[in-house]
Amino acid sequence: MKKISILFLVFSLWACSENPKTLSKIDAQQIQISDSIAKNKELEDFIAPYRERITEEMEGVLAYTPEAMYKSDAKFNTPIGNMMADAVMEMANPIFENRTGNKIDAVILNYGGIRSGINAGDISTRTAYNIMPFENEVAVAAFSSEELRALINYLAKNKTAHPIAGLQVILNADGDLHEAKVNGEQIQNKTYYVATSDYLIKGGDRMDFFLNAEKVETLDYKLRNLFIDYFKKKDTIAPVRDERFIQLQN
Amino acid sequence: MSALSNYKTKAMRRIHFIKTTGAATAFTAVSGIGMLSAFQPKPYSKKLTILHTNDVHSHIDPFPANDSKYANLGGVSRRYSYIQNVVSENPNTLILDAGDAFQGTPYFNFYGGELEYKLMSKMGYHASNIGNHEFDNGIDNIAAQLEHADFDLLNANYNLKNTSLDGLVKPHQLYEVDGLKVGVFALGIQLEGLVSKDLYKETEYLNPVDIAQEQTKILKEELNCDLVICLSHLGYSYRSDKIDDLKLAAQTKNIDLIIGGHTHTFLEKPSVVENLEGKKVLVNQVGWAGINVGRIDFYFDENGASENKSLMIEV
Repeated sequence: MKKISILFLVFSLWACSENPKTLSKIDAQQIQISDSIAKNKELEDFIAPYRERITEEMEGVLAYTPEAMYKSDAKFNTPIGNMMADAVMEMANPIFENRTGNKIDAVILNYGGIRSGINAGDISTRTAYNIMPFENEVAVAAFSSEELRALINYLAKNKTAHPIAGLQVILNADGDLHEAKVNGEQIQNKTYYVATSDYLIKGGDRMDFFLNAEKVETLDYKLRNLFIDYFKKKDTIAPVRDERFIQLQN
Repeated sequence: MSALSNYKTKAMRRIHFIKTTGAATAFTAVSGIGMLSAFQPKPYSKKLTILHTNDVHSHIDPFPANDSKYANLGGVSRRYSYIQNVVSENPNTLILDAGDAFQGTPYFNFYGGELEYKLMSKMGYHASNIGNHEFDNGIDNIAAQLEHADFDLLNANYNLKNTSLDGLVKPHQLYEVDGLKVGVFALGIQLEGLVSKDLYKETEYLNPVDIAQEQTKILKEELNCDLVICLSHLGYSYRSDKIDDLKLAAQTKNIDLIIGGHTHTFLEKPSVVENLEGKKVLVNQVGWAGINVGRIDFYFDENGASENKSLMIEV
Protein backbone atom coordinates (compact mmCIF):
# COMPACT_ATOMS: atom_id res chain seq x y z
CA MET A 1 0.00 0.00 0.00
CA LYS A 2 2.75 2.39 0.97
CA LYS A 3 4.52 1.88 -2.33
CA ILE A 4 1.43 2.63 -4.31
CA SER A 5 0.65 5.85 -2.51
CA ILE A 6 4.18 7.15 -3.06
CA LEU A 7 3.93 6.29 -6.71
CA PHE A 8 0.66 8.13 -6.95
CA LEU A 9 2.04 11.19 -5.24
CA VAL A 10 5.01 11.37 -7.60
CA PHE A 11 2.77 10.94 -10.57
CA SER A 12 0.41 13.70 -9.55
CA LEU A 13 3.29 16.08 -8.87
CA TRP A 14 4.74 15.40 -12.27
CA ALA A 15 1.47 15.87 -14.09
CA CYS A 16 0.49 19.07 -12.32
CA SER A 17 3.63 20.86 -11.34
CA GLU A 18 1.78 23.51 -9.35
CA ASN A 19 -1.63 23.66 -7.74
CA PRO A 20 -4.15 22.04 -10.01
CA LYS A 21 -6.45 24.63 -11.57
CA THR A 22 -9.76 23.61 -13.00
CA LEU A 23 -11.62 25.81 -15.43
CA SER A 24 -15.08 25.93 -13.98
CA LYS A 25 -16.92 28.86 -15.52
CA ILE A 26 -16.71 30.97 -18.67
CA ASP A 27 -18.61 34.20 -19.03
CA ALA A 28 -18.69 35.88 -22.46
CA GLN A 29 -20.09 39.21 -23.48
CA GLN A 30 -19.73 41.78 -26.24
CA ILE A 31 -19.35 45.45 -25.51
CA GLN A 32 -20.30 47.98 -28.12
CA ILE A 33 -17.96 50.95 -28.21
CA SER A 34 -20.54 53.73 -28.38
CA ASP A 35 -20.58 57.40 -27.42
CA SER A 36 -21.86 56.43 -23.97
CA ILE A 37 -18.22 55.65 -23.16
CA ALA A 38 -16.01 58.64 -22.39
CA LYS A 39 -13.02 59.37 -24.62
CA ASN A 40 -9.59 58.96 -23.09
CA LYS A 41 -7.90 62.35 -23.10
CA GLU A 42 -4.31 61.09 -23.18
CA LEU A 43 -5.00 59.05 -26.31
CA GLU A 44 -7.00 61.85 -27.94
CA ASP A 45 -4.08 64.25 -27.42
CA PHE A 46 -1.69 61.69 -28.86
CA ILE A 47 -3.82 61.14 -31.98
CA ALA A 48 -4.60 64.84 -32.57
CA PRO A 49 -1.53 65.85 -34.64
CA TYR A 50 -1.83 62.74 -36.82
CA ARG A 51 -5.53 63.45 -37.33
CA GLU A 52 -5.08 67.14 -38.13
CA ARG A 53 -2.65 66.48 -40.94
CA ILE A 54 -5.01 63.99 -42.54
CA THR A 55 -8.13 66.12 -42.05
CA GLU A 56 -6.58 68.99 -44.00
CA GLU A 57 -6.33 66.79 -47.07
CA MET A 58 -9.54 64.83 -46.65
CA GLU A 59 -12.36 67.25 -46.08
CA GLY A 60 -12.65 69.26 -49.30
CA VAL A 61 -16.01 68.58 -50.95
CA LEU A 62 -15.64 67.10 -54.45
CA ALA A 63 -19.20 66.07 -55.35
CA TYR A 64 -22.57 65.21 -53.88
CA THR A 65 -24.67 62.06 -53.73
CA PRO A 66 -28.40 62.15 -52.92
CA GLU A 67 -28.43 58.55 -51.71
CA ALA A 68 -26.25 56.23 -49.64
CA MET A 69 -24.88 53.24 -51.53
CA TYR A 70 -23.42 49.94 -50.44
CA LYS A 71 -21.97 47.00 -52.29
CA SER A 72 -24.63 44.83 -50.64
CA ASP A 73 -27.49 46.91 -52.12
CA ALA A 74 -28.43 44.35 -54.80
CA LYS A 75 -27.45 41.10 -56.47
CA PHE A 76 -25.29 40.91 -59.63
CA ASN A 77 -24.81 44.67 -60.05
CA THR A 78 -25.03 47.61 -57.69
CA PRO A 79 -25.06 51.40 -58.00
CA ILE A 80 -21.72 51.76 -56.19
CA GLY A 81 -20.04 49.02 -58.22
CA ASN A 82 -21.39 50.40 -61.50
CA MET A 83 -20.14 53.87 -60.56
CA MET A 84 -16.66 52.52 -59.85
CA ALA A 85 -16.40 50.48 -63.05
CA ASP A 86 -17.85 53.32 -65.15
CA ALA A 87 -15.38 55.74 -63.56
CA VAL A 88 -12.48 53.51 -64.60
CA MET A 89 -13.83 53.31 -68.15
CA GLU A 90 -14.35 57.07 -68.38
CA MET A 91 -11.11 58.19 -66.75
CA ALA A 92 -8.64 55.50 -67.86
CA ASN A 93 -9.70 55.08 -71.48
CA PRO A 94 -8.40 58.45 -72.75
CA ILE A 95 -5.02 57.77 -71.13
CA PHE A 96 -4.84 54.25 -72.53
CA GLU A 97 -5.97 55.34 -75.99
CA ASN A 98 -3.50 58.19 -76.05
CA ARG A 99 -0.69 55.86 -75.07
CA THR A 100 -1.48 52.80 -77.22
CA GLY A 101 -4.01 53.78 -79.88
CA ASN A 102 -6.36 51.09 -78.57
CA LYS A 103 -9.60 51.45 -76.65
CA ILE A 104 -10.59 49.79 -73.39
CA ASP A 105 -13.36 47.31 -74.19
CA ALA A 106 -14.32 46.33 -70.68
CA VAL A 107 -13.62 46.93 -67.00
CA ILE A 108 -13.70 44.47 -64.14
CA LEU A 109 -12.91 45.24 -60.50
CA ASN A 110 -13.61 43.00 -57.53
CA TYR A 111 -16.50 43.08 -55.09
CA GLY A 112 -14.15 42.53 -52.14
CA GLY A 113 -12.20 45.60 -53.22
CA ILE A 114 -15.11 47.94 -52.51
CA ARG A 115 -14.00 48.66 -48.99
CA SER A 116 -16.88 50.78 -47.74
CA GLY A 117 -20.20 52.29 -48.68
CA ILE A 118 -20.76 55.94 -49.54
CA ASN A 119 -23.03 57.95 -47.24
CA ALA A 120 -25.65 60.31 -48.63
CA GLY A 121 -24.43 63.90 -48.82
CA ASP A 122 -21.06 65.37 -49.64
CA ILE A 123 -18.39 63.30 -51.34
CA SER A 124 -14.86 64.23 -50.32
CA THR A 125 -11.34 62.96 -50.79
CA ARG A 126 -12.02 60.86 -47.70
CA THR A 127 -14.80 59.07 -49.61
CA ALA A 128 -12.25 57.92 -52.16
CA TYR A 129 -9.95 56.69 -49.38
CA ASN A 130 -12.85 54.83 -47.79
CA ILE A 131 -13.96 52.98 -50.89
CA MET A 132 -10.41 52.46 -52.19
CA PRO A 133 -7.83 52.54 -49.41
CA PHE A 134 -5.38 50.35 -51.33
CA GLU A 135 -2.53 51.72 -53.41
CA ASN A 136 -3.43 49.64 -56.47
CA GLU A 137 -3.10 51.09 -59.96
CA VAL A 138 -5.10 50.73 -63.11
CA ALA A 139 -3.75 48.05 -65.44
CA VAL A 140 -5.06 47.06 -68.86
CA ALA A 141 -4.72 43.46 -70.02
CA ALA A 142 -4.74 42.50 -73.71
CA PHE A 143 -6.85 39.37 -73.98
CA SER A 144 -7.80 36.77 -76.52
CA SER A 145 -11.52 36.10 -76.90
CA GLU A 146 -10.87 32.84 -75.08
CA GLU A 147 -9.71 34.66 -71.95
CA LEU A 148 -12.63 37.07 -72.21
CA ARG A 149 -14.95 34.06 -72.20
CA ALA A 150 -13.11 32.77 -69.13
CA LEU A 151 -13.78 36.13 -67.47
CA ILE A 152 -17.47 35.92 -68.33
CA ASN A 153 -17.64 32.34 -67.07
CA TYR A 154 -15.99 33.47 -63.85
CA LEU A 155 -18.76 36.05 -63.37
CA ALA A 156 -21.47 33.53 -64.26
CA LYS A 157 -20.08 30.96 -61.87
CA ASN A 158 -19.45 33.28 -58.91
CA LYS A 159 -22.68 35.30 -59.27
CA THR A 160 -21.06 38.10 -57.28
CA ALA A 161 -21.61 41.79 -57.99
CA HIS A 162 -18.04 42.45 -59.11
CA PRO A 163 -18.03 45.94 -60.66
CA ILE A 164 -18.04 45.66 -64.48
CA ALA A 165 -18.40 48.04 -67.41
CA GLY A 166 -18.56 47.51 -71.17
CA LEU A 167 -19.90 43.99 -70.63
CA GLN A 168 -23.37 42.57 -70.47
CA VAL A 169 -23.78 39.19 -68.82
CA ILE A 170 -27.21 37.54 -68.67
CA LEU A 171 -27.86 34.33 -66.76
CA ASN A 172 -30.87 32.12 -67.35
CA ALA A 173 -33.29 31.20 -64.57
CA ASP A 174 -31.14 28.18 -63.70
CA GLY A 175 -28.15 30.45 -63.17
CA ASP A 176 -26.26 29.35 -66.27
CA LEU A 177 -24.86 31.75 -68.86
CA HIS A 178 -27.56 32.82 -71.30
CA GLU A 179 -25.87 35.60 -73.22
CA ALA A 180 -22.75 37.74 -73.04
CA LYS A 181 -21.92 40.86 -75.02
CA VAL A 182 -19.07 43.36 -75.18
CA ASN A 183 -20.09 46.89 -76.09
CA GLY A 184 -23.43 45.48 -77.28
CA GLU A 185 -21.78 42.98 -79.65
CA GLN A 186 -21.24 39.23 -79.58
CA ILE A 187 -17.73 38.14 -78.67
CA GLN A 188 -15.49 38.01 -81.74
CA ASN A 189 -12.20 36.42 -82.47
CA LYS A 190 -9.97 39.41 -81.73
CA THR A 191 -7.89 41.04 -79.01
CA TYR A 192 -9.83 42.66 -76.18
CA TYR A 193 -8.50 45.27 -73.77
CA VAL A 194 -9.76 44.85 -70.22
CA ALA A 195 -9.00 47.44 -67.55
CA THR A 196 -8.68 46.30 -63.95
CA SER A 197 -6.50 46.77 -60.89
CA ASP A 198 -2.92 45.51 -60.74
CA TYR A 199 -4.04 43.44 -57.73
CA LEU A 200 -6.33 41.35 -59.93
CA ILE A 201 -3.78 41.20 -62.75
CA LYS A 202 -1.47 39.33 -60.38
CA GLY A 203 -4.07 36.66 -59.69
CA GLY A 204 -5.97 38.30 -56.81
CA ASP A 205 -9.45 36.90 -56.11
CA ARG A 206 -8.58 33.92 -58.30
CA MET A 207 -9.19 35.84 -61.53
CA ASP A 208 -6.71 33.49 -63.14
CA PHE A 209 -7.62 34.53 -66.70
CA PHE A 210 -5.49 37.63 -66.12
CA LEU A 211 -2.45 35.42 -65.68
CA ASN A 212 -2.88 34.43 -69.37
CA ALA A 213 -3.01 38.02 -70.66
CA GLU A 214 -1.02 38.57 -73.86
CA LYS A 215 0.22 41.91 -72.59
CA VAL A 216 -0.36 44.13 -69.56
CA GLU A 217 -0.10 47.91 -69.67
CA THR A 218 0.11 49.60 -66.25
CA LEU A 219 -1.15 53.17 -66.40
CA ASP A 220 0.69 54.55 -63.33
CA TYR A 221 -2.71 55.81 -62.19
CA LYS A 222 -3.84 54.81 -58.72
CA LEU A 223 -7.48 53.75 -58.58
CA ARG A 224 -8.03 56.05 -55.60
CA ASN A 225 -6.71 59.05 -57.53
CA LEU A 226 -8.88 58.02 -60.46
CA PHE A 227 -11.97 58.13 -58.22
CA ILE A 228 -10.90 61.50 -56.79
CA ASP A 229 -10.55 62.86 -60.34
CA TYR A 230 -13.91 61.37 -61.30
CA PHE A 231 -15.62 62.97 -58.29
CA LYS A 232 -14.02 66.33 -59.14
CA LYS A 233 -15.34 66.07 -62.69
CA LYS A 234 -18.95 65.40 -61.58
CA ASP A 235 -21.29 67.62 -59.55
CA THR A 236 -23.64 64.85 -58.54
CA ILE A 237 -22.96 61.14 -58.29
CA ALA A 238 -26.22 59.22 -58.68
CA PRO A 239 -25.49 55.80 -60.15
CA VAL A 240 -28.22 53.20 -60.60
CA ARG A 241 -28.52 49.45 -60.78
CA ASP A 242 -28.98 48.46 -64.43
CA GLU A 243 -29.05 45.45 -66.77
CA ARG A 244 -25.32 44.86 -67.18
CA PHE A 245 -25.32 41.68 -65.07
CA ILE A 246 -28.67 40.06 -64.41
CA GLN A 247 -30.45 36.76 -64.05
CA LEU A 248 -33.62 36.10 -66.06
CA GLN A 249 -36.66 34.94 -64.16
CA ASN A 250 -38.83 32.07 -65.33
CA MET B 1 -17.16 52.70 -11.37
CA SER B 2 -20.23 54.74 -12.18
CA ALA B 3 -19.03 54.97 -15.76
CA LEU B 4 -18.76 51.20 -15.84
CA SER B 5 -22.29 50.61 -14.65
CA ASN B 6 -23.29 52.92 -17.44
CA TYR B 7 -21.83 50.47 -19.94
CA LYS B 8 -23.76 47.69 -18.36
CA THR B 9 -27.07 49.32 -18.97
CA LYS B 10 -26.34 50.91 -22.31
CA ALA B 11 -23.64 49.12 -24.18
CA MET B 12 -23.61 45.55 -23.02
CA ARG B 13 -25.45 42.83 -24.83
CA ARG B 14 -25.44 39.77 -22.71
CA ILE B 15 -27.17 36.50 -23.32
CA HIS B 16 -27.05 33.83 -20.70
CA PHE B 17 -27.27 30.14 -21.03
CA ILE B 18 -25.48 27.33 -19.37
CA LYS B 19 -23.85 24.37 -21.01
CA THR B 20 -22.42 21.47 -19.13
CA THR B 21 -19.65 19.14 -20.12
CA GLY B 22 -20.79 16.53 -17.63
CA ALA B 23 -23.81 14.71 -19.02
CA ALA B 24 -25.06 13.85 -15.54
CA THR B 25 -26.11 17.37 -14.65
CA ALA B 26 -28.83 18.56 -16.96
CA PHE B 27 -29.55 22.25 -16.62
CA THR B 28 -32.39 23.43 -18.77
CA ALA B 29 -33.07 27.00 -19.71
CA VAL B 30 -31.53 29.28 -17.15
CA SER B 31 -31.36 32.98 -17.57
CA GLY B 32 -30.48 35.95 -15.47
CA ILE B 33 -27.65 36.56 -13.07
CA GLY B 34 -29.79 35.85 -10.03
CA MET B 35 -30.34 32.23 -10.89
CA LEU B 36 -26.73 31.69 -11.78
CA SER B 37 -25.61 32.77 -8.36
CA ALA B 38 -27.47 29.78 -6.98
CA PHE B 39 -24.83 27.59 -8.60
CA GLN B 40 -21.95 29.54 -7.08
CA PRO B 41 -21.79 28.46 -3.49
CA LYS B 42 -18.12 29.46 -3.23
CA PRO B 43 -16.10 32.14 -4.96
CA TYR B 44 -13.77 31.08 -7.76
CA SER B 45 -10.15 31.25 -6.76
CA LYS B 46 -8.88 32.80 -9.98
CA LYS B 47 -10.40 34.95 -12.68
CA LEU B 48 -8.75 35.68 -16.02
CA THR B 49 -10.30 38.26 -18.33
CA ILE B 50 -9.68 38.26 -22.08
CA LEU B 51 -10.49 41.37 -24.10
CA HIS B 52 -10.32 41.00 -27.84
CA THR B 53 -10.71 42.80 -31.15
CA ASN B 54 -10.29 41.82 -34.80
CA ASP B 55 -10.14 43.58 -38.17
CA VAL B 56 -9.92 47.05 -36.67
CA HIS B 57 -8.64 48.21 -40.08
CA SER B 58 -7.10 51.50 -38.99
CA HIS B 59 -10.40 52.75 -37.53
CA ILE B 60 -8.74 55.01 -35.01
CA ASP B 61 -11.64 57.48 -34.99
CA PRO B 62 -15.30 56.55 -34.48
CA PHE B 63 -17.52 56.32 -37.56
CA PRO B 64 -18.90 59.77 -38.45
CA ALA B 65 -22.29 60.89 -37.16
CA ASN B 66 -23.80 60.66 -40.67
CA ASP B 67 -22.74 57.04 -41.20
CA SER B 68 -25.81 55.08 -42.26
CA LYS B 69 -24.74 51.89 -40.48
CA TYR B 70 -22.33 52.58 -37.63
CA ALA B 71 -22.82 56.25 -36.69
CA ASN B 72 -20.55 57.28 -33.77
CA LEU B 73 -19.46 53.72 -33.06
CA GLY B 74 -15.91 52.57 -32.41
CA GLY B 75 -12.83 54.74 -31.89
CA VAL B 76 -9.61 53.96 -30.12
CA SER B 77 -9.89 56.42 -27.24
CA ARG B 78 -13.28 55.13 -26.10
CA ARG B 79 -12.04 51.57 -26.45
CA TYR B 80 -9.13 52.52 -24.21
CA SER B 81 -11.50 53.95 -21.57
CA TYR B 82 -13.36 50.65 -21.55
CA ILE B 83 -10.11 48.66 -21.34
CA GLN B 84 -8.92 50.80 -18.42
CA ASN B 85 -12.14 50.14 -16.56
CA VAL B 86 -11.87 46.40 -17.05
CA VAL B 87 -8.22 46.30 -16.08
CA SER B 88 -8.88 48.32 -12.93
CA GLU B 89 -11.63 45.86 -12.05
CA ASN B 90 -9.47 42.81 -12.85
CA PRO B 91 -5.72 43.37 -13.35
CA ASN B 92 -5.50 39.77 -14.58
CA THR B 93 -6.56 40.77 -18.06
CA LEU B 94 -5.03 39.86 -21.41
CA ILE B 95 -5.76 42.07 -24.43
CA LEU B 96 -5.57 40.33 -27.79
CA ASP B 97 -6.20 41.10 -31.45
CA ALA B 98 -6.79 38.66 -34.30
CA GLY B 99 -5.18 40.65 -37.12
CA ASP B 100 -5.94 43.19 -39.87
CA ALA B 101 -5.11 46.11 -37.63
CA PHE B 102 -3.84 47.79 -40.83
CA GLN B 103 -5.62 49.31 -43.84
CA GLY B 104 -9.00 50.96 -44.20
CA THR B 105 -8.62 54.64 -43.32
CA PRO B 106 -6.15 57.34 -44.40
CA TYR B 107 -4.27 56.79 -41.12
CA PHE B 108 -2.76 53.73 -42.77
CA ASN B 109 -2.12 55.43 -46.13
CA PHE B 110 -0.35 58.31 -44.41
CA TYR B 111 1.55 56.56 -41.64
CA GLY B 112 1.86 52.94 -42.80
CA GLY B 113 0.63 51.30 -39.58
CA GLU B 114 2.81 53.28 -37.18
CA LEU B 115 -0.15 54.88 -35.39
CA GLU B 116 -2.13 51.62 -35.21
CA TYR B 117 0.76 49.81 -33.49
CA LYS B 118 1.61 52.78 -31.23
CA LEU B 119 -1.99 53.00 -30.03
CA MET B 120 -2.31 49.25 -29.48
CA SER B 121 0.87 49.48 -27.40
CA LYS B 122 -0.52 52.38 -25.35
CA MET B 123 -3.76 50.50 -24.77
CA GLY B 124 -1.78 47.60 -23.34
CA TYR B 125 -2.38 44.96 -25.99
CA HIS B 126 -0.41 41.80 -25.25
CA ALA B 127 -0.52 40.11 -28.66
CA SER B 128 -1.76 40.45 -32.20
CA ASN B 129 -1.86 38.27 -35.28
CA ILE B 130 -0.72 38.81 -38.88
CA GLY B 131 -3.83 39.37 -40.99
CA ASN B 132 -3.67 39.44 -44.78
CA HIS B 133 -3.91 43.25 -44.78
CA GLU B 134 -0.83 43.55 -42.61
CA PHE B 135 0.97 42.77 -45.89
CA ASP B 136 -0.61 45.67 -47.82
CA ASN B 137 2.53 47.82 -47.81
CA GLY B 138 4.72 44.75 -48.11
CA ILE B 139 6.17 42.33 -45.57
CA ASP B 140 9.15 44.62 -44.99
CA ASN B 141 6.73 47.29 -43.76
CA ILE B 142 5.44 44.92 -41.08
CA ALA B 143 9.00 44.43 -39.93
CA ALA B 144 9.53 48.21 -39.90
CA GLN B 145 6.31 48.93 -37.97
CA LEU B 146 7.16 46.35 -35.29
CA GLU B 147 9.54 48.98 -33.95
CA HIS B 148 6.37 50.75 -32.67
CA ALA B 149 4.85 47.63 -31.11
CA ASP B 150 5.21 46.82 -27.41
CA PHE B 151 3.10 43.69 -27.92
CA ASP B 152 3.91 40.31 -29.45
CA LEU B 153 3.11 39.76 -33.11
CA LEU B 154 2.36 36.05 -33.36
CA ASN B 155 2.01 33.56 -36.19
CA ALA B 156 2.65 29.83 -36.26
CA ASN B 157 1.69 28.77 -39.79
CA TYR B 158 3.69 31.16 -41.93
CA ASN B 159 7.24 30.00 -42.52
CA LEU B 160 9.01 33.37 -42.40
CA LYS B 161 12.55 32.03 -42.53
CA ASN B 162 13.46 33.74 -45.81
CA THR B 163 11.70 37.02 -45.04
CA SER B 164 12.43 40.20 -43.09
CA LEU B 165 10.08 38.97 -40.33
CA ASP B 166 12.35 36.06 -39.50
CA GLY B 167 13.08 36.23 -35.76
CA LEU B 168 10.56 39.07 -35.19
CA VAL B 169 7.42 36.94 -35.07
CA LYS B 170 6.93 34.09 -32.60
CA PRO B 171 4.63 31.11 -33.17
CA HIS B 172 3.28 31.37 -29.61
CA GLN B 173 3.74 33.25 -26.38
CA LEU B 174 3.19 32.14 -22.82
CA TYR B 175 1.60 34.68 -20.46
CA GLU B 176 1.74 34.08 -16.71
CA VAL B 177 -1.29 35.77 -15.18
CA ASP B 178 -1.92 35.41 -11.45
CA GLY B 179 -0.23 32.00 -11.44
CA LEU B 180 -2.15 30.87 -14.50
CA LYS B 181 -0.25 29.87 -17.60
CA VAL B 182 -1.99 31.13 -20.70
CA GLY B 183 -0.62 29.96 -24.04
CA VAL B 184 -1.48 32.04 -27.09
CA PHE B 185 -0.65 30.99 -30.65
CA ALA B 186 -1.79 32.48 -33.94
CA LEU B 187 -2.82 31.27 -37.39
CA GLY B 188 -2.96 33.19 -40.67
CA ILE B 189 -4.94 32.70 -43.86
CA GLN B 190 -3.61 31.33 -47.14
CA LEU B 191 -2.05 34.30 -48.92
CA GLU B 192 -1.89 33.02 -52.50
CA GLY B 193 -4.77 34.51 -54.50
CA LEU B 194 -5.47 36.98 -51.70
CA VAL B 195 -2.26 39.00 -51.38
CA SER B 196 0.13 39.76 -54.21
CA LYS B 197 3.28 37.65 -54.08
CA ASP B 198 5.48 40.75 -54.33
CA LEU B 199 4.00 41.83 -50.97
CA TYR B 200 4.30 38.56 -49.01
CA LYS B 201 7.48 37.52 -50.83
CA GLU B 202 8.94 34.23 -49.52
CA THR B 203 6.31 33.68 -46.81
CA GLU B 204 5.32 30.03 -46.93
CA TYR B 205 1.80 29.07 -45.82
CA LEU B 206 1.54 25.89 -43.76
CA ASN B 207 -1.56 23.81 -43.01
CA PRO B 208 -3.33 25.48 -40.04
CA VAL B 209 -4.76 22.25 -38.62
CA ASP B 210 -1.38 20.49 -38.56
CA ILE B 211 0.26 23.55 -37.05
CA ALA B 212 -2.52 23.94 -34.46
CA GLN B 213 -1.99 20.32 -33.35
CA GLU B 214 1.74 20.96 -33.09
CA GLN B 215 1.30 24.21 -31.13
CA THR B 216 -1.32 22.85 -28.72
CA LYS B 217 0.88 19.83 -28.03
CA ILE B 218 3.68 22.17 -27.00
CA LEU B 219 1.44 24.54 -25.05
CA LYS B 220 -0.75 21.99 -23.28
CA GLU B 221 1.45 18.94 -22.91
CA GLU B 222 4.97 20.34 -22.69
CA LEU B 223 4.38 23.76 -21.14
CA ASN B 224 1.33 22.69 -19.07
CA CYS B 225 -0.77 25.72 -19.96
CA ASP B 226 -3.97 26.19 -17.98
CA LEU B 227 -5.60 27.79 -20.98
CA VAL B 228 -4.79 27.75 -24.71
CA ILE B 229 -6.00 30.55 -26.98
CA CYS B 230 -5.74 30.62 -30.77
CA LEU B 231 -5.72 33.97 -32.55
CA SER B 232 -7.04 33.10 -35.99
CA HIS B 233 -7.27 35.08 -39.18
CA LEU B 234 -8.75 32.13 -41.11
CA GLY B 235 -12.36 33.39 -41.10
CA TYR B 236 -15.40 32.26 -39.12
CA SER B 237 -17.15 29.87 -41.52
CA TYR B 238 -17.14 28.93 -45.21
CA ARG B 239 -19.60 26.66 -46.99
CA SER B 240 -16.73 25.18 -49.01
CA ASP B 241 -14.12 22.88 -47.49
CA LYS B 242 -11.81 25.86 -46.98
CA ILE B 243 -10.52 25.82 -43.41
CA ASP B 244 -12.31 28.16 -41.01
CA ASP B 245 -12.57 28.68 -37.26
CA LEU B 246 -15.49 26.29 -36.78
CA LYS B 247 -13.70 23.52 -38.71
CA LEU B 248 -10.45 24.26 -36.90
CA ALA B 249 -12.19 23.94 -33.52
CA ALA B 250 -13.76 20.61 -34.50
CA GLN B 251 -10.59 19.13 -36.03
CA THR B 252 -8.19 19.87 -33.17
CA LYS B 253 -7.88 19.39 -29.43
CA ASN B 254 -6.61 21.36 -26.46
CA ILE B 255 -7.77 24.76 -27.72
CA ASP B 256 -10.04 26.52 -25.22
CA LEU B 257 -10.80 29.67 -27.17
CA ILE B 258 -10.46 30.73 -30.81
CA ILE B 259 -10.50 34.48 -31.32
CA GLY B 260 -11.24 34.86 -35.01
CA GLY B 261 -11.16 37.52 -37.69
CA HIS B 262 -11.02 38.11 -41.44
CA THR B 263 -14.71 37.55 -42.24
CA HIS B 264 -15.82 40.62 -40.20
CA THR B 265 -18.44 38.40 -38.59
CA PHE B 266 -20.83 39.87 -36.04
CA LEU B 267 -21.98 37.07 -33.74
CA GLU B 268 -24.92 37.25 -31.37
CA LYS B 269 -22.84 35.20 -28.97
CA PRO B 270 -19.69 33.08 -29.18
CA SER B 271 -20.15 29.70 -30.86
CA VAL B 272 -19.51 26.58 -28.83
CA VAL B 273 -17.97 23.75 -30.87
CA GLU B 274 -17.04 20.23 -29.81
CA ASN B 275 -13.42 19.38 -30.51
CA LEU B 276 -11.83 16.04 -31.44
CA GLU B 277 -12.12 14.88 -27.84
CA GLY B 278 -15.71 16.06 -27.40
CA LYS B 279 -14.61 19.03 -25.31
CA LYS B 280 -16.12 22.49 -25.75
CA VAL B 281 -14.23 25.16 -27.68
CA LEU B 282 -15.41 28.75 -27.68
CA VAL B 283 -15.19 30.50 -31.08
CA ASN B 284 -15.70 34.24 -31.12
CA GLN B 285 -15.39 37.22 -33.45
CA VAL B 286 -16.65 40.78 -32.86
CA GLY B 287 -17.33 42.25 -36.31
CA TRP B 288 -14.73 44.79 -37.39
CA ALA B 289 -13.51 48.41 -37.18
CA GLY B 290 -13.38 48.43 -33.38
CA ILE B 291 -17.16 48.70 -33.17
CA ASN B 292 -17.15 46.02 -30.46
CA VAL B 293 -14.78 44.56 -27.92
CA GLY B 294 -15.20 40.93 -26.92
CA ARG B 295 -14.85 40.11 -23.26
CA ILE B 296 -14.48 36.59 -21.94
CA ASP B 297 -13.98 35.84 -18.25
CA PHE B 298 -12.47 32.50 -17.29
CA TYR B 299 -13.01 31.37 -13.70
CA PHE B 300 -10.74 28.72 -12.23
CA ASP B 301 -10.96 26.59 -9.10
CA GLU B 302 -7.71 25.75 -7.43
CA ASN B 303 -8.84 22.80 -5.37
CA GLY B 304 -8.15 20.06 -7.87
CA ALA B 305 -11.82 19.44 -8.38
CA SER B 306 -12.70 16.14 -9.95
CA GLU B 307 -12.52 15.87 -13.70
CA ASN B 308 -16.17 15.24 -14.41
CA LYS B 309 -17.14 18.52 -12.79
CA SER B 310 -19.36 20.48 -15.11
CA LEU B 311 -18.12 23.59 -16.89
CA MET B 312 -20.50 26.50 -16.99
CA ILE B 313 -20.38 28.61 -20.11
CA GLU B 314 -22.36 31.83 -20.10
CA VAL B 315 -22.40 33.48 -23.46
